Amino acid sequence: MQAIVVEGLERAFGEIRAVQGVDLEVAEGEIYGFLGPNGAGKTTTVRMLTTLLLPTGGRASVAGHDVVDEAPAVRRAIGVALQEAALDPLMTGRELIRLQATLHGLPTAEGKRRAADLLERVDLTAAADRRVGTYSGGMKRRLDLAAALVHEPRVLFLDEPTTGLDPVSRKGIWEEVSALNREGTTVFLTTQYLEEADRLANRVGIIDNGLIVAEGTPSALKADVGNPHLEVQLAEGSAQSAEQVCERLGKVLPSKDGKVLVELPGGASEVARVVRALDDAGLAVESLDLVEPSLDDVFVAKTGYHIEQADEGDEAEGGAADQEEAAPA
Amino acid sequence: MSGSFATNVRVVRALGMRSIRQTFRRPQLMAPILVFPTLLLALQTGGAESAVNLPGFPEVDSFLQFMIAGAMLQSLMLAGNSGGIAMAVDIEMGFTDRLFVAPISRFAIVLGRLAGTAALGLVTALWFLAIALIFGAPITEGVLGALVVIVLVCLSAAAFGGIGAAAALRTGSASVVQGFFPIIFVILFLSSAFFPQNLMVEPAQTIAEYNPLSFLVEGIRDPFVSGFSGEEMAECLAAIAGFGLLGLWLSAMALRHRLRMGG
Repeated sequence: MQAIVVEGLERAFGEIRAVQGVDLEVAEGEIYGFLGPNGAGKTTTVRMLTTLLLPTGGRASVAGHDVVDEAPAVRRAIGVALQEAALDPLMTGRELIRLQATLHGLPTAEGKRRAADLLERVDLTAAADRRVGTYSGGMKRRLDLAAALVHEPRVLFLDEPTTGLDPVSRKGIWEEVSALNREGTTVFLTTQYLEEADRLANRVGIIDNGLIVAEGTPSALKADVGNPHLEVQLAEGSAQSAEQVCERLGKVLPSKDGKVLVELPGGASEVARVVRALDDAGLAVESLDLVEPSLDDVFVAKTGYHIEQADEGDEAEGGAADQEEAAPA
Repeated sequence: MSGSFATNVRVVRALGMRSIRQTFRRPQLMAPILVFPTLLLALQTGGAESAVNLPGFPEVDSFLQFMIAGAMLQSLMLAGNSGGIAMAVDIEMGFTDRLFVAPISRFAIVLGRLAGTAALGLVTALWFLAIALIFGAPITEGVLGALVVIVLVCLSAAAFGGIGAAAALRTGSASVVQGFFPIIFVILFLSSAFFPQNLMVEPAQTIAEYNPLSFLVEGIRDPFVSGFSGEEMAECLAAIAGFGLLGLWLSAMALRHRLRMGG
């Protein structure tokens, strides 16, 4: 049984096509990682699947209900924690969860009980009667997650749940998401963090410029791109010469953080050969890292650039693609 | 309608309570609604008391007795605008999305905000009734008159709240909704809120005659000054209904637009 079915989903804002025909299926009980840089179309897709935005083409169903024709039924079946934890800083944590319970039609007594249980679950009991404005980023995310769970949804949408969090808070959210999934909740998780998708998702869809460019289990995707690569840090100004040397030894990948990247099908056994070649060319190597294929490599293989580079580009340009996602908000 | 009727009623109540708490937890939201109209009232009644001696001025015990309805109208319009600003802030910080993904009627979200604005109207009415009693502006119609004033002010606040909510839903920007603030004053001063219509010069007199705010303020003023008048009460209720329906219609349009464009 599929929890989410998406066929040719499109969304345009005037001339801008934020989502250009997305097809995907998410099985019940699965964690689906929706990975892409800022402005790729992740949030727009989630907003359509959660009935916050009408598609301009294609169709989608969530928990067996069409997101356009049966929107109320979709909303009864889903829990949503949107980007940036949209919380009222003047409310207390307990008030927020109880309001959420009322919004989902829970009787007052049950809402009260659920609020206590959920606050306990996300370790916020001590802070339950404090105003949300006094919470840390991690506490806000945990509260947002708890609020999304108040009616025990079948499908949970988490839109970049750990963006901006410190590593400890991030790990806490990951553990909670895994626990929820073990209890049977289907999770649709958008993220720009490769590690997050790699660690949590059963399957990953990579979206770029409004299109899904790769989909599969993290291990299958990594196996597809195949080979390990060597990351070589050289003295300043010698990267170009090093790339010319490395081209003779293997496929040179787009550089990252000033490092030269060369694919080595033979892995560790080929490292010495690269070092010797660089040494013979008079190039001083500062550091070397042999890296097994990652989702970033999958991203590079499918798009031609690193996910971090896409984000930096967006920021530097004022984020044209960001505006595509910001437009509906 | 999404969700059962009972659920939607509970949602309206819960969102109304949230709106009231929000106002009291951020006193700066309350200040312009009460403080500014009170200061203006003090300045006007202190500096122009002798206006009551003008030929043709309604028979009153004091200028305050005439002005208090205008101050109430000003205050409740600011309450409506303030409700709109609060809703726009909710949109800006994404809180409205939390409400929109719940299985409830999206109109219940607007009505919840209006319930909160009506409660602010109650505070406004009680505040200015207290000022009237303390500073010697009797209510000609007594306790019943006071109750009628309270009901009219609450209903009017909700009606103006609808227009504020529509502006918030359409623009999604608190600063834009706040920009309506000066317009409120222009429209208000072009009504009989602060000066008798029959003593105005043209074209202000004609504008005030057809300005629906004049109908509103005269309906609120009647219980203070001349006693109940069926015609003026009917015009006042019609004006409230008109503003209310306009606000709800504009809100419905804005909600549709928001769903089409996102939000």
